[in-house]
Amino acid sequence: MTLITTDLLLEATGISKTYGAVVALRSASLAVRPGEVHALMGANGAGKSTLLKILTGAVRPDEGTITVRGRQRTVHSPAEARRGGIVSVYQEPALIPDLDIRSNLRLTETPVEPFRHWLGELGMEDLDLSSMARRVPLASLRIIDLARALAIEPDVLMLDEITAALPANLTERVLEVVGRQRGGDRSVIFISHRMIEIAAVCDRATVLREGKTVGVVDVTQGSEERIVELMLGQIVEDMAAIAERTAGSPKASGSTPRLTARGLSSGTKLHDVSFDIQPGEVLGVVALEGQGQDELFDILAGSERPAGGELLVDGSPVSFRHPADAIRAGLVYVAADRAEALLMQRSVRENIALPLTTRIRHWGLIDLAAEGHTVQAAVARLQIDARAGGEVRRLSGGNQQKVTIARWVAGGVHTMLCFDPTRGIDIRTKQQIYLLLRDLAEAGAAVLLYTSELKEVQLVCDRAIVIFGGRVVAEIGVADADEPALLRAAYNLRVDAPMPEDVAGEAVAGVVAAAQESTDAGAERGLPVSDG
Amino acid sequence: MSGLASASGAPNPWLTAAAWRGLFRDRPMIPLLGLLAVLVVISDLVRPGIVSPEWVSVILRAAVLLAILAGCQTLTMLTGGIDLSVGAVASMSGFVVASFAAGAGTPTGIVVALVAAALAGFVTGIGVGVFRVHPLIMTLGMSFVILGLANVWQLQSVVTSTGVPPAFRWLGSQAFADVVPFSLLVFLPVAGLILVALKLTGYGRLLYAIGDNPVAARLSGARSWQVLVVLYVVSALLAAVAGFLYSGYTNVASVTLVDSAVLPSVAAAVIGGTSILGGRGGYGGTIVGTLILTVISSLLSSLGYPEAVRQILFGTIIVAVAAAYTRVTGEA
Repeated sequence: MTLITTDLLLEATGISKTYGAVVALRSASLAVRPGEVHALMGANGAGKSTLLKILTGAVRPDEGTITVRGRQRTVHSPAEARRGGIVSVYQEPALIPDLDIRSNLRLTETPVEPFRHWLGELGMEDLDLSSMARRVPLASLRIIDLARALAIEPDVLMLDEITAALPANLTERVLEVVGRQRGGDRSVIFISHRMIEIAAVCDRATVLREGKTVGVVDVTQGSEERIVELMLGQIVEDMAAIAERTAGSPKASGSTPRLTARGLSSGTKLHDVSFDIQPGEVLGVVALEGQGQDELFDILAGSERPAGGELLVDGSPVSFRHPADAIRAGLVYVAADRAEALLMQRSVRENIALPLTTRIRHWGLIDLAAEGHTVQAAVARLQIDARAGGEVRRLSGGNQQKVTIARWVAGGVHTMLCFDPTRGIDIRTKQQIYLLLRDLAEAGAAVLLYTSELKEVQLVCDRAIVIFGGRVVAEIGVADADEPALLRAAYNLRVDAPMPEDVAGEAVAGVVAAAQESTDAGAERGLPVSDG
Repeated sequence: MSGLASASGAPNPWLTAAAWRGLFRDRPMIPLLGLLAVLVVISDLVRPGIVSPEWVSVILRAAVLLAILAGCQTLTMLTGGIDLSVGAVASMSGFVVASFAAGAGTPTGIVVALVAAALAGFVTGIGVGVFRVHPLIMTLGMSFVILGLANVWQLQSVVTSTGVPPAFRWLGSQAFADVVPFSLLVFLPVAGLILVALKLTGYGRLLYAIGDNPVAARLSGARSWQVLVVLYVVSALLAAVAGFLYSGYTNVASVTLVDSAVLPSVAAAVIGGTSILGGRGGYGGTIVGTLILTVISSLLSSLGYPEAVRQILFGTIIVAVAAAYTRVTGEA
């Protein structure tokens, strides 16, 4: 077994990188053995992306060495890394939208036949190579990206959140293909926030925290706890406390609803949506992708005008022609896409103070002292790490998300519309956001929260409505809003229908079993196996 | 400051490229002022003794004109726009005043010119802000419309030979004790207003916000058409003021007088560190950028090359400086 430690496929040691005052990586290390699927784990801002970019040559490290098959390498560009057998599939599709798939392949000198083969393996053999990339749905683009990377048979394949945008059936195929990479002399570095996938396909996991490698864990039964512990640095604060506060908070009832929607409709996406929110209430919105929730929030935020229906704030009808109208009526919108909400090149202060100067009568001289106090209070309330506050783009994702919320908290919240505010941020920041939403509600604000993470509903919401096909199909109280119930409602299924996620779960379990077999087979053939 | 902080761990922070880069990124004025100083030294080496109070005065008189037009570009570029109509507006304004000077009088002429400029800016602002025409197209189109209208006006009122009012000639080409140009009387308040507006007012914040991310600005409640209409009116008024000074500086009233200054005004703003994509920059850098361009142009004249060679060198240097500057101050 001494073979294992000496025969590394890829080894990175002492990698450091700073951006301005922000340390992205401090002496991080990563060792990948041939034939393993290696998970790279860490909370947001832990340095995963930076480490990947350094390995592919997109970013130059300040310090550290990278060796591939025992030979030291300095990689200057992704193209060079690619020739050296290191290929990455990033979080965003890397295809040029205005070229067809075939031309995109030609750009990266990808052989077409192997590409077709892998497409077939991934369940997309019927893809038309002459279709424009911009016409291909996002999930298919991710599969194309993956097939393209597999086609050039890289020594090290890096997958950054490859499954994040995929539906369950494609996720299953991807996991299966990734699982099959094990046991050869090639390796996969796998990044995912979904623990079940890590358990299904990964052999070992390297955990990063605050730019440092804090542990390497063999992925076995029960190692999830250990990984989460390493990621967070301390035992997770008890989420149940938040849920308890939710359950215990007194509800105003019988008073005028803060916000009432009656029969809202918009184009083909939204038909007859009605609900109301009381002051002090957090109302959850649950829906599968594209069921009309985007249109609903656009209407409430004043970005779009409804085709029909009525909107009442504190009992009086309102009509919004511009987001400014919604804001004046007290409806403030926290977008999921931070790139949509933030001035990336401007400071934290300017970002938070932005709504304060939008009206013509505030175009004059700014009261800098008063503004400073307001901003400072918001920064403190959300615990924003503003050390790199000169430009918001230098902040981590979680801190950026906090800035989008702080902007509204600064002015006092009447009604807050949150569209998936915790998407892609780490668990600690999520907790802070949950607590903040509860605080706001307790102070009398009404909160409408769309979330794609179903377990959030029971943590923070008092009630949830489920939208399917542009209609409200269910309203569920917090006590009954567990994940199975919500999912069943989101698919608009009857209570006794089989659960789609059970099907997916079985598929994943199947992959685990198959992977387990192949590992056993590998051990028998004397191939390197993780030694625990 | 963060540039310094980032390097504090390194053994010799002042010598690392990253430290310099960080410093330049956070303090873009430093390399600009350095470049200006180098150019002044080169001027003196090429023609020893040329750098004198009189030389400074000549440079300032030329730079002030360009700096006001570059102010129009800075303000519009911050929102992701550009104003190519400044040449036409400025020429038209100078010409209108000259055409009124003999008859109705200079003050009337100034009022008419400013109203005409404001109207032109208003139309541009409505086009850009409400009808979402790209500023490049809108202002280019407006410059032709203004030129056409100015030509019509020219046919209506034949300008007498000494059309430019004496007050403008005094303001544009004279200097206190032959050293301090009187045009500073106009420029300093204008520059002060622009600097204060960008740094300390809500309106200035909105210019940056719209240029950085129009969607975010809208979602935060900013009605960008209001901001843009005001912006293009202000830009046209600034161009008109520059036009008054130009006619005084050259003692010429012509409907195409300032056209050749349009691209240098864009170049001055770009060299001064204002991003043509919006959201980044400021007027301080633009002023230094204007001085750099003016010194380069005077340096090239003093070398005695033919006009064609000067133009080629001028264009090449602008591109090289802009490219080097974005490389040095850009994100690593």
